[in-house]
Amino acid sequence: MRAAASRVLPMTTTPIAAKYETVIGLEVHVQLLTERKMFCGCNAAYADAVPNTHVCPVCMALPGVLPVINRKAVEYTVMAALALNCEIPQFSKFDRKNYPYPDLLKGYQISQYDLPLSQGGWLEIEVEGHEPRRVGIERCHLEEDTARLTHRTDAAGESHSLIDMNRSGVPLMEIVSAPDMRSPEEAREYLVKLRQILRYIGVSKANMEEGNFRCDANISLRPAGASEYGAKVEVKNMNSFRAVYHALQHEVVRQTAELDAGHRIPQETRGWVEADGRTVSQRSKEQAHDYRYFPEPDLPPVTLAPADVDAIRARLPELPDAKMRRFEGEYGLTRYEANLLCESRARADYYEAAVAPAGAGADDASRRYAKQVANWMLGDFARLLNAAGSDIADARVAPADLHALIALIEDGTISGKIAKSVFEAMFDSGKPPATVIDELGLSQISAADEISGIVDAVIARNEKPVADYRAGKQEALKFLVGQAMRETRGRANPATLTEILKAKLDAKA
Amino acid sequence: MKLERDAVLHIARLARIALSDEEIETFGAQLSEIIGHFDTLNAVDTEGVEPTAHTLPLRNVMVDDVSRPSLPQDEVLALAPLAEDGYLRVRAVLE
Ligand SMILES: [Zn+2]
Repeated sequence: MRAAASRVLPMTTTPIAAKYETVIGLEVHVQLLTERKMFCGCNAAYADAVPNTHVCPVCMALPGVLPVINRKAVEYTVMAALALNCEIPQFSKFDRKNYPYPDLLKGYQISQYDLPLSQGGWLEIEVEGHEPRRVGIERCHLEEDTARLTHRTDAAGESHSLIDMNRSGVPLMEIVSAPDMRSPEEAREYLVKLRQILRYIGVSKANMEEGNFRCDANISLRPAGASEYGAKVEVKNMNSFRAVYHALQHEVVRQTAELDAGHRIPQETRGWVEADGRTVSQRSKEQAHDYRYFPEPDLPPVTLAPADVDAIRARLPELPDAKMRRFEGEYGLTRYEANLLCESRARADYYEAAVAPAGAGADDASRRYAKQVANWMLGDFARLLNAAGSDIADARVAPADLHALIALIEDGTISGKIAKSVFEAMFDSGKPPATVIDELGLSQISAADEISGIVDAVIARNEKPVADYRAGKQEALKFLVGQAMRETRGRANPATLTEILKAKLDAKA
Repeated sequence: MKLERDAVLHIARLARIALSDEEIETFGAQLSEIIGHFDTLNAVDTEGVEPTAHTLPLRNVMVDDVSRPSLPQDEVLALAPLAEDGYLRVRAVLE
């Protein structure tokens, strides 16, 4: 089936899939993590608020009010733009985008039209099994969010709408990509990468499910090798990365079938219907837009001198790609490990804090610690966090305690096996490993004297197995080792114990 | 410049205003006069003058990111023609 093949392998060079090339551009809106709203003093953190309690004359658009630009929102947008390799023009202004809709109290949205805060950047993405590619960023601009609408139907079947203005005027950054993505996989990767960067620099929670990261997609197909774009279909109503991916996959299949059937694809807006797994035309919304943009007379323009931009650039943290490369080199990690550890800034910071006491270095000991911290974090630690559904930022185990635990394994105080139980207790209680070991009586018995006493007792109590061993039955030794280990509750070093046991048995033979 | 009837109706639709035939005439004439004024402005010699979107010599009027108390909910709702459960109530908006 042609459609299915091109859906699964849009990037490959199989003859079937190569018939059409998929062209995708994404438009992402993210709420910025400022304290106040974009143009007024209302608190922007409205998520758990009672409706219409984060509202003032400015954000409810009473006549005669004057908006004032939130400096931090401008700085955050510039930070994001710099992280996306954009250029920051010295002169920028705000414009009114006019359209009547009840979620827009003023009847217009303050946005940016021809002179945005930034333009012309790129983001590098890498789909597994393919070379890294750069996706162009056309612009990154600042605007304000709208009020939130909900719909109700009363007992008589009459419906009406309700407005909550708490969201009205929250700073919203729009990031528009170039039509550079060639498959739903690339689109997903772009979103993952973009979200990661926004979270790293701390300008947004960037959580699609919470609604502070939203994505609309433009997708078209064109004959392979063509230079002109096909008719653009805009896809909306996607509430997760999964939904974006599936909606785009669906569009590739649908548009391929349309083109194969000789149909023309109309330029239109389609909504993703999650329950049906398909997009549907929203022709009702297709009335030609007439936004009548004009410069916002209430807001003087923004100018940013190169020194201002440099000052903002200086506040950018190390970005994920750079951090990943550094982890590979500095700590001798594999690319896979470095990638996972750098997934979030909290995880990467934790890793470095846990490695820190040993210091980064090329010597064996530092490398061994670096590797072991990685193993714990990607192994038992990740497993427990997953099971608890919590994030490393909230973990009770202090990085220094993870380091201490590894040190206790290294110096033989506990075995690797016991360390797992110790770590679980640390994870639950937040106590340092030494305390946990003390409380549970888990320190490894390595003193030969102590083990020797235990071994003597075991030999005395197990006459038959001892005789069997001495008669040449090797399995009997295993049994005796097991008995002795049980006696120590697993705290003895098995190698040491076996050695002592054998020596005693052989000596008396 | 005379604004055609279609243009007047388009502007009225954008403003969500219903106009009677008489009003179309009245406002059409008034809007034409306003538009006509731009012909006068266009006649001014602006050779060598930088275009601008703002007439005030102001730049970077910004505030620090500190929030202030908002209005009490009852005051906000009192301004709306209709309220329900803490929300403003409006006619159904189709998604
Ligand atoms: Zn406000």
